[in-house]
Amino acid sequence: MSYAISDSMTMIGRSIRLGRRNVDTLIMSIVLPLLMMALFVYVFGGAINTGTAYINYVVPGIILLCVGYGAASTAMSVADDMQKGMIDRLRSMPIRSFAVLTGHVTASVARNALSTTVVIGAAIAMGFCPSASLVEWVAAVGLLLLYVLAMSWLAAGLGSIAKSVESASALSFFMLFLPYLSSAFVPTETMPSFLRGISQHQPITPVIETVRGLLTGTPIGDQGWIALAWSVGLLIASFVLATALYRRRISD
Amino acid sequence: MIVEATGLRKAYGSTTVLDGIDLEVAEGSVFALLGPNGAGKTTTIRILSTLTRPDAGELRVAGFDVVREPAKVRGVISLTGQYAAVDDEQTGRENVVMAGRLMHLGRPGAKARAAELLERFDLVDAADRRVKTYSGGMRRRLDLAMSLVAAPKVIFLDEPTTGLDPASRTTMWDAIRDLVRTGTTIFLTTQYLEEADRLADRIMVLDQGKVAAYGTADDLKARVGGDRLDLRFTSAAALGAAAGLLGGFADQERLVLSVPSDGTAAHLHSVLDDLRAAAVVPAQVSSHRPTLDDVFLALTTREGVPA
Ligand SMILES: Nc1ncnc2c1ncn2[C@@H]1O[C@H](COP(=O)(O)OP(=O)(O)OP(=O)(O)O)[C@@H](O)[C@H]1O
Ligand SMILES: [Mg+2]
Repeated sequence: MSYAISDSMTMIGRSIRLGRRNVDTLIMSIVLPLLMMALFVYVFGGAINTGTAYINYVVPGIILLCVGYGAASTAMSVADDMQKGMIDRLRSMPIRSFAVLTGHVTASVARNALSTTVVIGAAIAMGFCPSASLVEWVAAVGLLLLYVLAMSWLAAGLGSIAKSVESASALSFFMLFLPYLSSAFVPTETMPSFLRGISQHQPITPVIETVRGLLTGTPIGDQGWIALAWSVGLLIASFVLATALYRRRISD
Repeated sequence: MIVEATGLRKAYGSTTVLDGIDLEVAEGSVFALLGPNGAGKTTTIRILSTLTRPDAGELRVAGFDVVREPAKVRGVISLTGQYAAVDDEQTGRENVVMAGRLMHLGRPGAKARAAELLERFDLVDAADRRVKTYSGGMRRRLDLAMSLVAAPKVIFLDEPTTGLDPASRTTMWDAIRDLVRTGTTIFLTTQYLEEADRLADRIMVLDQGKVAAYGTADDLKARVGGDRLDLRFTSAAALGAAAGLLGGFADQERLVLSVPSDGTAAHLHSVLDDLRAAAVVPAQVSSHRPTLDDVFLALTTREGVPA
C-alpha cells in the first residue's frame, strides 16, 4: 500500500516535471485563454447583452475553456506514453503501472490551477470585479477542482486507448467545443430551442452558473446542486472508465 | 534453466505469430533470438516479460509461471525494449533516479545507484542534460542503465544495437559482457549475425514464428557445411580441368572452383601440388569459413523469395 503511494508520487513528480518543461503546451495553456478572454471582452462582448459588464459574465466560461484545453493536452501526454516504450518499461516493473495515469491527472490539475489563477488575475486587471466572500471563493474553487479532476480522468482514459497522439487530441476535441454550447459566452435563452435543450442539460452550464453566482452574486438557484451532482458523477464515471480503458489497452 | 518455454503460441487474429516455440536458457548464459523483420522476436520477448499474454504454452522465468505469477516474474527481470523507453524532457540522471525510485530504492538509494550506473555507462558528462540532446548510442546506454537499477536476474534486450554505429555497438557489447560476468542471464534479439556470433552461448533462428535452427554458433555454421577453398582460374578450360581433377562445385561465370576442405595447410598443399602436376595453376586461392550470414540466408530464404 505504501508502495502504491510512493509509486504514484514518483509518477506525479515525473509528470509535473515533464509538464513544466513542455514549454509550448504550458505557454499555450495560459496564453490561449487570455487571448480568448480579450477577444470576447473587447470584440464580441459589446454586442452581447448579459445585463452586467461582460467581463463579469465571461470569466467562468474562460476558466472552463482552459479545462477543455488542459484535458486535450493531458490526453495527448497519456497517448504519448502509451505509444512510446515508457508504458512497457513500467509494466515490466513490479509496480502498479496505473500510477502513470495518476501522475498525468495530477499534473493536469496542477496546470489547470495555474492557468486558472493567471486568468482570474488578468481578468481582475481587465476590470473583473468579484463580490465573493472567502467561503464563496472556497466553494467555487472546490467545484472547479472537482470538475477539472473529472475531466482529467476522462482525458487520461481517452488518451490511454487512442491509437496515436493525434487521435488523442481529436478525441478530446469535444471537450474544447463543449463550452461554446453552454451559458459560458451567451445566455442560453438567446439560443435556438434545440441548442438551448443541449446547453441547459450539459454539465458545463450548471458549473458555470454556479461559479458565476459564487463569484459575482448572480442567482444560482438549484444549479449549485446540479453542478455538484454532475461533477461527482462525472468524476466517478471518468475514473471507472479510465481504469477500464487502461486495462483494455494493456491486455493484448 | 532460468528461462523455459514449451509450446509457446501466439496469434493476432488469423495471423499466427508464434507457432509452437520451445526454448530454454541456462542461468548466467547469453541467449540470442535471431530472425528477419516480423519473425516474432519482439512478441517472444513481450510474452516472456509478462507484457503480452500467450495463447498457449508453459512459460517459466526464474521458476515463476509467467502467466500466473507475473508480479513475481517482474521482480526478477528487466526489459529494454526495441525502442528506447526514456523521457526526452528529463535529464539522464532524472530518468535513472525515477527508475530507482520505482524499484523502491528510496530517494538516497536511487540517487547513489543512478550515479553509479551513469558512471558505468559513460554518461557522467551528459548526466544533467536533457535526453533529447543525446545521441542514439547514449539513449540506448541510458535505457540499459534504467533497466539495471535493481540488479535483475534476467535481462531482456530487444535489438540492443540496431541503428548504432560500430563504436557504440562495441560499447554496448562490452556492457553486455560485463553483465554476464556478474552472473546475469541475457536474453537478446538481434538481426545481426555477428552480434549473436560474438555474444551468445546459444542462438535460436526464428522464421515466420517457427524455430528454423537452434544451437551454438559453431553448430549453426556446421549446418551449412564446413570450410572450403575457392580457386579462381583465368579460363573456362582451366576451370574444367581442375574440376575434373578435384571435384567440387564449379562456378562457370566467375571461373571459381569451390572444394571442401578441412582448413589445414596440409590440405591446401596437396590441392596445389595436384594442380601443379596437371599444369593448371589457379590465379587466386582463398579459404572460407562459413559465416552466420550463410546460415541465416540458407535458413530463412523463402521459396522463390530471398529473405
Ligand atoms: N499487437 C499486434 N497486433 C497485430 N499484429 C501484431 C501485433 N504485434 C505484432 N504483430 C505481428 O506479429 C508479427 C511479428 O511481430 P514481431 O514484432 O514480434 O516481429 P520482430 O521479429 O520483432 O520484427 P522486427 O525485426 O521488425 O522488430 C508481425 O507480422 C507483426 O505484424
Ligand atoms: Mg521487433
